[in-house]
Amino acid sequence: MARTQQDYDDIPGTFVFDAERSREGYGINMFCMSLMKDENRRAFKADEAEYLKRYHLTPEQADAVLKRDYNRMLELGGNIYFTSKLGATDGHSFQYLAALMTGSTQPDYAAMMLAGGRSVEGNRSKSGKDKPVKAKAATKGAARAKSKPAAARAKSKSKSTSKSKSSAKRK
Amino acid sequence: MAKIVAGVGSSHVPAIGAALDNGKTEEPYWKRVFSGFEKSKKWMAETKPDVAIVVYNDHASAFSVEMIPTFALGCAAEFPPADEGWGPRPVPVVEGHPALAAHIAQSVILDEFDLTIVNKMEVDHGLTVPMNLLFGQPKDHWPCPVIPLAVNVVMYPPPTGHRCYMLGKAIRKAVESYPEDLKVVIFGTGGLSHQISGPRAGLINSKWDKAFLDGLSKDPKKLTRIPHIEYMREAGAEGIEMVMWLIMRGALDDKVDEVYRFYTVPASNTAVGHIILENKHKAAGKGKRAAARKGAAHKGRLAAAAKTTHRIASKGTR
Repeated sequence: MARTQQDYDDIPGTFVFDAERSREGYGINMFCMSLMKDENRRAFKADEAEYLKRYHLTPEQADAVLKRDYNRMLELGGNIYFTSKLGATDGHSFQYLAALMTGSTQPDYAAMMLAGGRSVEGNRSKSGKDKPVKAKAATKGAARAKSKPAAARAKSKSKSTSKSKSSAKRK
Repeated sequence: MAKIVAGVGSSHVPAIGAALDNGKTEEPYWKRVFSGFEKSKKWMAETKPDVAIVVYNDHASAFSVEMIPTFALGCAAEFPPADEGWGPRPVPVVEGHPALAAHIAQSVILDEFDLTIVNKMEVDHGLTVPMNLLFGQPKDHWPCPVIPLAVNVVMYPPPTGHRCYMLGKAIRKAVESYPEDLKVVIFGTGGLSHQISGPRAGLINSKWDKAFLDGLSKDPKKLTRIPHIEYMREAGAEGIEMVMWLIMRGALDDKVDEVYRFYTVPASNTAVGHIILENKHKAAGKGKRAAARKGAAHKGRLAAAAKTTHRIASKGTR
């Protein structure tokens, strides 16, 4: 069954772990959770494909795990707090996983974070709604914005981000 | 009666805990982060709460995907630190306050917030890192008992910001109906902007974060109208944790004094945000200790507090 489209599917580079993914990815996440125990880590390492059978993954999910395709795992219902346990089992730092998911090298990713992180500019929307949503006088029922369909959402009232103070610290 | 005197907002980045546990606090990268909490530790030592309510989220430690409670209140006598894959953090066992916790549960459930009661739970960095940042690194005991309130922000949808804010108000009402004189501080933790999953990982939005902190201080009701999509789009998929700060904010007066704020980027993959908000009438309780401390009964303030409570009651049950 095709995934139900959601407003947040418009956010680029993002697989929101919603109730549907949680249902589909139950096996992946329970598999990852099992890696909290050393005996399970050893059993997995001894025969990865065999160990995965305990968790009834779909062939696509098993393939993503075996290939350590972290984005695909997320897409198929894995959650990052769980899949990172697989990364830890492989001896990888979280930053290694982050770099991998972003298609970057670890030094480049680390440098990007030190320089203030990935900018939201250009990264808000796949469909072109790539600017902060502005408050509009014509907005109807702004307080109920969360239940609006995607088309109406673009017009929904939002917090202006342009007036924040730059002082990082004050008393 | 018990009284919430202040709210603390703080990020709970796991790498901050690792830096503490591995003695890296003097490294320039980490010093930048920890220096922002020096004043906060002094403030906390002076405030000396009798109880802390810590709103946080579990990260696949106590709760896997077998059970995903939206709001889980820790009513146990103690909460051991969880093993998050590197052994439990070397921090003291977190002592609970079962009597106040049970009282809060009873009160807020009757106020129509259907909490899950948790009588056995381990707590992860989500709770212990903010405690370190505010209480330092005590060897054997934390300075006060803690009531953990674990919020699901891992599986979408988390509770709405408005729901969180209203729960904060219900918690305040519960605390204020507890007979014992207790000074309570409430923590909202998590955030600020960060995304740690998918190709967009590494996202930081300082402008948005600072506007959030401004709103928290001056206009929290505006923040309660932010839809989830905006948190995720602007502050990252995991930035949605920030709804938890609204529970803390809801438990405070409408108008508060911002006594401290700190913001730095990054700690690991995350923007670190921190704020301390005090209720204006810290000693407005009718408790003898509070009155003695101020040397006056503050009748007018009492009346104001009673009025607030009433308003909460009518709003909390809609």
